[in-house]
Amino acid sequence: MKELKLMKGNEAVAEAAIRAGCDGYFGYPITPQSEIMEYLMYQDPQKTTGMVVLQAESEVAAINMVYGGASCGKKVMTSSSSPGISLKQEGISYIAGAELPCLIVNIVRGGPGLGTIQPSQSDYFQSTKGGGHGDYRLIVLAPSSVQEMADFAGLGFDLAFKYRNPVLILGDGVIGQMMEKVELDEFKPRWTEEEIRRNTPWSTMGKLNNRERNIITSLDLDSHKQEKHVAHLRDKYLEIEKNEVRYEEFQCEDAEYLIVAYGSSARISQKAVELARAKGIKVGLLRPITLFPFPKKPLLNYVGKIKGILTVEMSLGQMIEDVKLAVECKVKVEHFGRFGGIIPTPDEVVVALEKQIIGG
Amino acid sequence: MTEEIIIAGFGGQGVLSMGKILAYSGIMQNQEVSWMPSYGPEMRGGTANVTVVLSDERISSPIINSYDTAIILNQQSLDKFEATVKPGGLLIYDPNGITHYPSRKDINIYSIEASEEAGKLGLAKVFNMIVLGGFLKLKPLVKPEFIHKGLEKSLPARHHKLIPENEKAIDIGKTLIKAVHLV
Amino acid sequence: MSDIVTKEQIRRPENLVYSKTKLLTDKALSYCPGCGHGTAHRILMEVIEELNAQEITIGIAPVGCSVLAYEFMNIDMQQAAHGRAPALATAVKRLMPEKIVFTYQGDGDLAAIGTAETIHACNRGENITIIFINNGIYGMTGGQMAPTTLPNMKASTCPYGRDVTTMGNPLRMTELVAQLPGVHFVTRQAVHTPSAVRKAKKALRKAFDLQKENKGLTFVEIVSNCNSGWKMTPVQSNKWMEENMFPFYPLGDIKVDGQLVK
Ligand SMILES: Cc1ncc(C[n+]2csc(CCOP(=O)(O)OP(=O)(O)O)c2C)c(N)n1
Ligand code: SF4
Repeated sequence: MKELKLMKGNEAVAEAAIRAGCDGYFGYPITPQSEIMEYLMYQDPQKTTGMVVLQAESEVAAINMVYGGASCGKKVMTSSSSPGISLKQEGISYIAGAELPCLIVNIVRGGPGLGTIQPSQSDYFQSTKGGGHGDYRLIVLAPSSVQEMADFAGLGFDLAFKYRNPVLILGDGVIGQMMEKVELDEFKPRWTEEEIRRNTPWSTMGKLNNRERNIITSLDLDSHKQEKHVAHLRDKYLEIEKNEVRYEEFQCEDAEYLIVAYGSSARISQKAVELARAKGIKVGLLRPITLFPFPKKPLLNYVGKIKGILTVEMSLGQMIEDVKLAVECKVKVEHFGRFGGIIPTPDEVVVALEKQIIGG
Repeated sequence: MTEEIIIAGFGGQGVLSMGKILAYSGIMQNQEVSWMPSYGPEMRGGTANVTVVLSDERISSPIINSYDTAIILNQQSLDKFEATVKPGGLLIYDPNGITHYPSRKDINIYSIEASEEAGKLGLAKVFNMIVLGGFLKLKPLVKPEFIHKGLEKSLPARHHKLIPENEKAIDIGKTLIKAVHLV
Repeated sequence: MSDIVTKEQIRRPENLVYSKTKLLTDKALSYCPGCGHGTAHRILMEVIEELNAQEITIGIAPVGCSVLAYEFMNIDMQQAAHGRAPALATAVKRLMPEKIVFTYQGDGDLAAIGTAETIHACNRGENITIIFINNGIYGMTGGQMAPTTLPNMKASTCPYGRDVTTMGNPLRMTELVAQLPGVHFVTRQAVHTPSAVRKAKKALRKAFDLQKENKGLTFVEIVSNCNSGWKMTPVQSNKWMEENMFPFYPLGDIKVDGQLVK
């Protein structure tokens, strides 16, 4: 039987990572996600599964430790919050360029700059459009519950290795700090050296006599080769867009209006849908679970069926651009958001829906 | 059934752990639960609060702006949360340190002299459980056996010997709760 | 009964023995009661006042509990990203060599994420003063291990105590930077007793005097308590600091006139 626990989102992703056979965690403290490393240090998995947990001297160091570990075909991860994730961007770009699998968790807080430690969703652009320099994408998973924080650790590693691509779990202070019921997976053993060699023939585990040496790099001074490499990345991203779109619909069957929201905003919006329905407003919620790949087709399917879309984000409006592109601007799309660490309430969402979409 | 609760007071009054025990007990009783705390340095010596939702169905928002029940342990929190109780809802407060009393007429208001009693009985550590007892007397949402299991789950093993004291505090709380205003 | 002094008498100007420097704002300190940051702020601002330097001093606040130093210090201030204060200070001083420039940094800020900035500002011999508050822990974020956390000392990311075999040894940054030729004056002080405060203030004064003489980088470490992070009362924490921090981080001058003190 699966184990039932009451956990914080931050603890759940940490516990699930241990259970997913994670080999190493490298991080640096920052609110509101420090519990991830604190939980791992307390559990001390080195003694049980052999997983390494290390507090680095900075986020820059932590992401480069991840780069090194991932180069060896190890399941490695890091976590941080917005200012720290910004510091990691250089390393993330290298990891994406070198096509390495890894898991990155961002428990977003309000910015820009040092900002506030309260929840926010203002890192959407950074997460879904690359973030660092160069042409690359991360696979971005947006949990909206503690259960998904746990589930996405395992899923994240699976996708990361399937596509040799970094996976980002994009949560926020609500998802990280809240406690909910979680069902935890059984422990998966960490890969043995033999398994790593088999599963990741590209990894730098030491050159055996029966193969050429492996080199992990993101450098190609020959532009023609670099162009080929980037085209290969593009094909991979297209493949990901074809296969890995995930989303959830709530009360959408007869909807005249749609709310699109992810993460904790989706939870608030779900309540808003309940409140609006009680008032007789036919509204549904579409919740993107993957932000890259974005559920473009499912949204396009609503064109002609609905009268308007309200996007709800804890930002000035970032995901709204993807929603507008997805519906090819054929439906009215408006943004409602609070920002700077303020969480919108379900009532505010209903009012916005009435004013900006239904009335407007 | 869905019950949306806010518990608020000073950091150190056991606000967060009261919520956690309630939430864990809900899980033991096979319910859906969410527990959303205030967090960050604002909590140093300042106010702390936690929103707890217990439900038979999947919980939509863990963040809400009106509550079925508000459990209030200091003046700041009373000032902040009295207005957020749903009409017909429940407000429980400990009068210790309260100077401006709740004044709404459309909600049920109860007081519980938990800190005074805890002081007298030398039960300061389980003060929050006295308050929880008062709440459970009015709204027996979780059965005592599940509270027991919830305590077992939420307290570290080395504190399990304190479970009887916690349960005793809950029972005391049930006798202390007093109606102040009923709709 | 004439020898009993009334409140009114005490408040007469001629009886005034102490007043808060005008270089501290009236804003209530956000530090935990008992924390050393407040005292360090006070003597730092007293020194700037004594130097009559309010108009020419620029301070750089770190990320850490003292991130809000600019709320309390009544001078022009900048607030740097985590660890980067010496880089900001470098530019400020290079662009305005006639100003007095200091950074005020915690151990996480200065000796972990900002190690590179610290070492290179020191190595370039920037004409700035670095004030380093070493409390052996990350106070702001809730008590995680710092580079200066003592062996076996508990913190939230070393809940079983710092194991030096896997987490490294505490870093004596101050001794490290003292080796660099660009660094002119290095001292380690404390602010937990009146006599320690007097000494620390003198050290700060000396550092700023030397900065005015363009002698190179001056570096003042203040070993301090973090009663919240250490999970102790203020009194306990000061005792613990004397018994545990001072043996590892001995007080006194480390480099004077560009020469290491033997
Ligand atoms: C890039 C980045 N990473 C992490 C943080 C989170 N953070 C804030 S303060 C701090 C450590 C502060 O410790 P210290 O410098 O020792 O100062 P103290 O609070 O103890 O005075 C950390 C890690 C941040 N603000 N920015
Ligand atoms: S947490 Fe520690 S360093 Fe920060 S103000 Fe409190 S005692 Fe001082």
